[in-house]
Parts: sequence; C-alpha cells; structure tokens
Amino acid sequence: MYTLKLIFKNAFRHKLRTCLTILSVAVAILSFGLLRTVVRAWYVGVEASSASRLVTRNSISLVFPLPLSYREKIRQVTGVKQVSHGNWFGGIYIDEKNFFPSFAMEPKTLLELYPEYVLPPDQKAAFLRDRKACVAGLKTARKYGWKIGDTITLKGTIFPGNWEFVLRGIYKGSNKNIDETQFFFHWDYMNETMKKIIPRRADQVGFYMIELKDPDTAAEVSLAIDGTFKNSLAETLTETEKAFQMSFVSMTEAIVVAIQLVSFVVIIIIFAVSANTMAMTARERLGEYAVFKTLGFSGWHIGAMIFGESIFITMLGCAAGIIFTFPAAKAFGSAMSTFIPVFNIETKTIYMDIAAALIVGIAAAVFPAYRAINIRIADGLRRIG
Amino acid sequence: MPEKAPIVEIRNLFKSYQRGSQTIPVLQDIDLDIAEGEFLALMGPSGSGKTTLLNLIAGIDRADSGIMRIGGIDITPLSETDLAKWRAANVGFIFQFYNLIPVLTAYENVELPLLLTGLSKKERREHVETALRLVNLGDRMEHYPTQLSGGQQQRVAIARAVVPDPSIIVADEPTGDLDRVSAFEILDLMEKLVHEFGKTIIMVTHDPRAAQEAHVVRNLEKGVLTEERGPGSGGKGQGREDFGFRTPAP
Ligand SMILES: Nc1ncnc2c1ncn2[C@@H]1O[C@H](COP(=O)(O)OP(=O)(O)OP(=O)(O)O)[C@@H](O)[C@H]1O
Ligand SMILES: [Mg+2]
Repeated sequence: MYTLKLIFKNAFRHKLRTCLTILSVAVAILSFGLLRTVVRAWYVGVEASSASRLVTRNSISLVFPLPLSYREKIRQVTGVKQVSHGNWFGGIYIDEKNFFPSFAMEPKTLLELYPEYVLPPDQKAAFLRDRKACVAGLKTARKYGWKIGDTITLKGTIFPGNWEFVLRGIYKGSNKNIDETQFFFHWDYMNETMKKIIPRRADQVGFYMIELKDPDTAAEVSLAIDGTFKNSLAETLTETEKAFQMSFVSMTEAIVVAIQLVSFVVIIIIFAVSANTMAMTARERLGEYAVFKTLGFSGWHIGAMIFGESIFITMLGCAAGIIFTFPAAKAFGSAMSTFIPVFNIETKTIYMDIAAALIVGIAAAVFPAYRAINIRIADGLRRIG
Repeated sequence: MPEKAPIVEIRNLFKSYQRGSQTIPVLQDIDLDIAEGEFLALMGPSGSGKTTLLNLIAGIDRADSGIMRIGGIDITPLSETDLAKWRAANVGFIFQFYNLIPVLTAYENVELPLLLTGLSKKERREHVETALRLVNLGDRMEHYPTQLSGGQQQRVAIARAVVPDPSIIVADEPTGDLDRVSAFEILDLMEKLVHEFGKTIIMVTHDPRAAQEAHVVRNLEKGVLTEERGPGSGGKGQGREDFGFRTPAP
C-alpha cells in the first residue's frame, strides 16, 4: 500500500519530465500499434483465404491466360467440388487514382465458392439475372456514393474500351478481415464483348478457383490438376489460395520487413527515453534510498519503488497510446484504403503494445535499481547536502 | 562506569578507504566506551573521520577490523539483512539535512520505520502521534517537509528517530544547518531524550555550544581519538524511563 502510494507520488515529482516521458511512450506505442497493424493488414488476404480452395493459373506467369476449355477438365478431377473462373480486369473508375480491384468472374460459382461475400438474397438474384450487373464491396460503394441501380462505367486497361455496369448488389464481409473494396461483374459479359472486338482474346481465363470436397486433399488435387495439363500448350500451376495470396505478399515482403524493423526500433527508442528518465530519477534519489535503507528497508523495497515507478510511467504512456491508436488507425485506414483494404487493430496488437511497454518499463529500471540497491548506505547519505 | 557494561564498546577499530590504488586510513585503532544513557559529543576537524565513526557505530558502514559490541551484540559479523534488522530495532538516526522523504507528510515520515514492525495501523497511529507531540509538532502532522521550517523538519526527523524506541540515537551535525534558536530547541529535545527516556546519544558536532550540552566530549583528530572531557552542563541520564510504548523488534 505504502509502496504504491510512494510510487504514485514519486512518479509525479517532476511533472514535466514525467509527462514528457509518458507522452513519448504514448507516441511510440501509437506508432508501434499502427505499424503492427499495417503489417497485419498486409497479410490479411492470406489470413482470410480459405484452406479448402485452390487457385489454378498459367505456370509461366499470372499474366498468361488459360483456355476456357480447362474448366470442364478441372471439374472432372477427383476431389474437386466446384470450379469458378475469372480475370483480373483492372478497370479505372473516372480517374486513375480511384483504385479498387475489379474482376470479371463467373457470378454463380463465385458466390458459391465465396460465402464470405455476403449479399442480401434479392441483390444476389438481381446480380445473377442481369448480364451487365456488377457487385461492389461496401467500402468502395460508400467511398463513391454508389446506390443499387446506379450505372458505373469503368475504363478498361487490359480489356480496351469503356465498360458499363449496373450496380445490383453491395456485399459485406462475413468477418472484418474480408476485403470490402472489390468489384465483380459477369465474366460472360466481358467474354462476349471481347469476341466481338478482339476475337483472339476471347475464351481466355486468368485463373480458376477450385473448391475442394475435403481440404486435406489440397496437395493431391493440385498435383492431379497440374498433371492433367502437363505437356499441353498452357501448363498450369495449382496452389492453395493461401499460397497464392502469399505469393503476392512476398513480392512486397521487403517493405513489410522494413516496417517491422521500424516498429521495433520505435520500442528501442522509448526504452532509451524511459531508461534515461529512470536513471536521472534514481540518481537524484540515491540519498533518499539510502535513508530508506538506513531505516532498515531492504533492497527489495528500493527495487519495488524504482521498478514500480518505471512500470507505472510506461503503462500510463501505453494506455494513452492505445487509446489514441483507435482514432488514428481509423483516420489512417480511410486515408490508405486504396492500398490497404482491410485495416483493423487486432487484439493481439494491443497485447503486444502492453507487452512492449511492460518490457520497456522493466528494462528501463534494471540499471537504476541495481545501482540504488547496491550503493553503500554511507555513500548514498553523502550525496545529500 | 564499573557498575554496568557500556552500551557501546569499541576495540581496535580500523577503517580505511580505497581511492584508486591508494589506501587512505580514516580511523586508526579506535577504542571507545559509551555508557547507557550517556550523551556523547564527537568533535574534530573536518575530514577527521567523525561521520565514518558514527556510521560504523550505527551499522551503516563496515569496519576493516576491530570489535564493535553494541548493546551486548557484536555487530561486525552480521549479514546485511541482519544488520538492517538490528539497525531498525536499535538505532535512531538524525542527519544534518534532516533527510525527510519530501513526498511524504510529517506523519508519514515518522510512520516509515514502523512499517517494518508488526504494528497495526491503529498502533502505528498512536506511536506516531506520541512521537510528534513529543517534538511539539502535534499540529503539523499533515504538513509536507517543504511546508516546514528547518527546525521543524529536524524535529520531525527526531520523531522519526525515536518512534521505534531505539536505545541509541546517532546524530551527525543535527544543528549544523539551523539558526541558533532552532538549534537550541533541537539540543533541548536531545537532552530530554537522554534525561527522560534514557536514550544514549552520540552526536557529531562542530559547534562548541552544542557540545556543551553533552556529558562527554571526545575529539577525533586524523582518525585518532584524543582527549576526553567530563560532563558539561548536562548531567548523566537517570536511567531508562518508559517512552510510553514498546515496539516489537521487526
Ligand atoms: N566513500 C569514501 N571514499 C573515499 N574516501 C572517503 C569516503 N568517505 C569518506 N572518505 C574520506 O574519509 C575521511 C573522513 O571522512 P568523514 O566524512 O568521516 O569526515 P568528517 O570528520 O565527518 O568530516 P566533516 O566534519 O567535514 O563532516 C575524509 O578524508 C574523506 O575524504
Ligand atoms: Mg561528517
């Protein structure tokens, strides 16, 4: 009790110094939390991907297509439950800076394979019925103020021309890791148009998505599919959706590693700040600690006071940092929504904030406490006056 | 003092400090007896080793060699922990610069030594209030050190020193930082502790007027105890009276 009271009173003896330390810890925890969230957001596609789905693409590169005829052959491979197919469309909405991922997809199988894209039944029916229909994720629809029934024109980059769609549905993610910025429309609509304007590019599929009967058979089924097309004109590469997503992430891995590094550097910096504060504090109070020891208080008491004060200060900073992380992440997330579609603070990040602050609080007190505990009383007393 | 063994018995005490490769002898072959209930003033030039000797007697520093029997216990072989317990139970400290904890009130400062005892909160309150009334600060209990004058702070320090009811009180220049009037009050209080409560006081001082209050004045010069002078204006303590409470050893 007394120790707690002393810790509290001691912590605010130098109000300015303590407040500045708390502020720097808060800022550091805030940046640490945001950076961790960016790192998590990078992997969110990987995490949201299902273990029971495979992706088949051209083994040379994703930019090379596969023939539409593969669809039936893939469907016949044992272990395959359902096949969908699609192309990356990469359309531009009004201006290049208005980026969102757009895909031409086989609509019926898409919705069957991806139950995580949640559409109200009437919107689903309307989407399937209308050849020129499209659906957009809630975030994109909100961002551009789209309403059901709106006509949306995308300028094709890979598929030339201005493409007109009617918004028939707005999907929501079944959980908060689901990307709500995507845009889907009928693959057939695109294919028929291509047949008219560039016939040689018709019936070409960017990738197949496969639903497995049993997730445990992913490896065998992948091999079987790729085996089917071995030595054909377009050989395939089949992998789990997770691995497929990971291959995108790994292209940018260096950035993620850099961000991760910075997030730890931030922690090291607050360690230095806190350690400095605690060292100053403990040095000023060596005389007082000597008085405590003179009165018969043990090194444990002295240690408890110093560690307690250090942890108290860093935890106050941590709490402030966490509180500010939420509005900051919200602002950051909406500003960066084009690049980072899903930006949520995970509970794990909060735990990491707390753990980091705790470790800093403890580490910052080690040296000052060691010194205060071990200084001879007579020497400590000589420091007064 | 043939009738009773002295409370402090020091024989062949040596103490030196190491400064780099140099050994600086500070105390050389000190022999000193202090009777129970005695008020001893330790004088001598600056750097002669007064504080060092006081610290050794009080168990906050260690001698190189020699015997120190205090209250019948040889304290030289005690471990740090045992020494701390012994100090808490047997020695009260008064410093030149009061050394109160600035974030604690007068009351809390005086309560500090009692936290190491098994006393209940209520018992502690009784003891603290008795001690603060003894030093005439019953009305300043909730004041912080910065809200008190130097003399008042030193009186709080005296209350803190006596509250666990130690038999020995050591004071290192207790009046060194005070004006004449406050210094006199402090000396008066120490006198009272010896006379009414039978405490043994060892006081380091530069002030001959302060030394006047003591029964015995010893001079330390270059680490050697020199002359001995008999009682000054004060008389010898009349034995131990009850301080009003007993504190169990921690
Ligand atoms: N920790 C230490 N390391 C080295 N030398 C020390 C140490 N402490 C004290 N000394 C030396 O021991 C000698 C005696 O010091 P001490 O403080 O006991 O003197 P003092 O008589 O109390 O002096 P003053 O009247 O100025 O308080 C001095 O020369 C001092 O420099
Ligand atoms: Mg001294």
